[in-house]
Amino acid sequence: MGKTLYEKVFDSHTVARLPSGQYQLLMGLHLIHEVTSPQAFSMLEERKLKVMFPERTFATVDHIIPTSSQLRPYQDALAEDMLRALEASVKKHGIRYFAPENGEQGIVHVVGPENGLTQPGMTICCGDSHTATHGAFGAIAFGIGTSQVRDVLATQTLSMDKLKVRRIEVSGRLGPGVTAKDVILYIINRLGVNGGVGFAYEYAGDTIARMSMDERMTVCNMSIEGGARCGYINPDAVTYEYLKGRTYAPKAEAWERALAYWESVKSDADARYDDVVKYRAEDIEPMVTWGITPGQSVAVGGTIPAADAFPADQRESAEEAYKYMALQPGQPIKGQKIDVAFIGSCTNGRRSDFEAVVEVLKAGRYKVAPHVQALVVPGSMQVKRELQARGWDKIFTAAGFQFREAGCSMCLAMNPDKLKGNQLSASSSNRNFKGRQGSPTGRTLLMSPIMVAAAAIAGEVADARQVFGIHS
Amino acid sequence: MDDSKRIVIKGQGIVLHGNDIDTDRIIPARYLRTVTFEGLGDHAFEDDRAQLGQQGRVHPFDDAKFRNATVLLVNKNFGCGSSREHAPQALGRWQKGIRAIVGESFAEIFFGNCVSLGVPCVTADAASIEALQKAVTADATVTVTVDLKDKTVSVGALRVPVRIPEGVRQQFLDGRWDTTGELLANRDAIVALAKKLPYLGGF
Repeated sequence: MGKTLYEKVFDSHTVARLPSGQYQLLMGLHLIHEVTSPQAFSMLEERKLKVMFPERTFATVDHIIPTSSQLRPYQDALAEDMLRALEASVKKHGIRYFAPENGEQGIVHVVGPENGLTQPGMTICCGDSHTATHGAFGAIAFGIGTSQVRDVLATQTLSMDKLKVRRIEVSGRLGPGVTAKDVILYIINRLGVNGGVGFAYEYAGDTIARMSMDERMTVCNMSIEGGARCGYINPDAVTYEYLKGRTYAPKAEAWERALAYWESVKSDADARYDDVVKYRAEDIEPMVTWGITPGQSVAVGGTIPAADAFPADQRESAEEAYKYMALQPGQPIKGQKIDVAFIGSCTNGRRSDFEAVVEVLKAGRYKVAPHVQALVVPGSMQVKRELQARGWDKIFTAAGFQFREAGCSMCLAMNPDKLKGNQLSASSSNRNFKGRQGSPTGRTLLMSPIMVAAAAIAGEVADARQVFGIHS
Repeated sequence: MDDSKRIVIKGQGIVLHGNDIDTDRIIPARYLRTVTFEGLGDHAFEDDRAQLGQQGRVHPFDDAKFRNATVLLVNKNFGCGSSREHAPQALGRWQKGIRAIVGESFAEIFFGNCVSLGVPCVTADAASIEALQKAVTADATVTVTVDLKDKTVSVGALRVPVRIPEGVRQQFLDGRWDTTGELLANRDAIVALAKKLPYLGGF
């Protein structure tokens, strides 16, 4: 009986079985940012511990960084304190820091891959729940809390239980205007926001295999929204092509040896899975969330489902969502007037996410509706430069979008980009929780970047295929 | 007695109904702009509390009858979303501090963060949780007992079996939930394995 990639990587990274029965797992790559690491460094100080492998931890700043101006000191004194704490810690412990002043900063889950740090067959952790993003490369990557950040800094290891593995196969051709974001929103809709608890998700099938690395990252990124702490895709030629030539990718003869290792970690054809589910790409439409969990979504042509359409234990949440979102069952999601449009985040803040939008914007003289504030926020300074080099920033600004500096921006309300009052936001980010985008009464509709662009232009939720005339 | 052991946790309960309560709700992101965990307790569920207040309703964390509570009773998928340890830190710093959580299920990262802080999260079926929540709602002064040795939670005469992964249970019973020391003890094995992994040596 063969093994899954998850089992292979887990086994090869197991240091020891702990007295509790848990496994001590070596972390091949540790990423840190300013929000969840300062307390971990303080705990190290208190315990007089050192960082065991400083060369395997990499840092950047993303959550708190303003996207209008990155000039120091930040206007928000609390944010400035956090960045200073990070700067002091990386200096003291000799940790490589991707700094704004060097043009290297970005969202941690964009910076790791674009520098070639993220590679197949690794274990990767970060004090951030969207760490599963790196699973797109065939790595076992997951989010951890601050006490665990302390443990990784001190020992490069974590105490873990083994997860079960669910294979999610998507087969067939996605329709025009249907994106990786729609695929993952569809999967979460089907399996539920806690369906993945206790599982690692292995995404597979020819639809996934045809996806670019950016698209695969979008899919893996939202594993946690389905309750799965980690999600991955077996590495293939697309993965290797992406990695080749990147700063931290192996070079020359090392590249050949790396390829052999990467091939060896793939799930075996006869691997045993704890569960297998299958979906048809043809069944997936552009998706829009209407509620307060990422599982509460409908196809763009659909209507808000009635509470009795849900299993009994989800009805209360649906009722709560109608009230919070000011939406009624039976209402079409299309036509809901929006106030804010946000394209960016670790889910959809990479070059090809913006490219997809540029492609449709270029085709006509589209303008953002006058009542909509529309933000385009590159996921990293490198992504920003790539967009500018192609003149895409000008396409966005000409259409009425604000083109910002790199950061987490309006995904999570820890920097100046926030909703006001009960504004309704069309967002390419990953969470539509109550208050997530910075106003305690703010409302979020998750969708793909081209759907956000369509909403920005129409001034209301719209089908990108109709707005931009996307046909097969 | 070794005070890091968590065998039986006793205290008054607090009932918080609802599935999929995420960590953004437990502690809104604006309070994460800090380099410590101090003072988070006052802001636990701040936005939910304010919103219910505006509707003339009282959030359990504002309800005077729950003010002495140390055991939180929740429903399904509690603590989902962001990995922020600030969430259990805020609960642990609220009033007398939440010392154990009983629910139908927990999000994994939240569960792990609670373990790191010495706060057991135990699960039971929906009917048992409902019965426990009813009992505490009826009389908030009654003692809730979370017994990790027997794997039960009791409220007065009501006693229900609960689940917790065996490895984690052992960590609590033995007082080994703070793992740094235990992990560090295997330093030689860590270094040896790091030398074996091809990518850590640059292939």
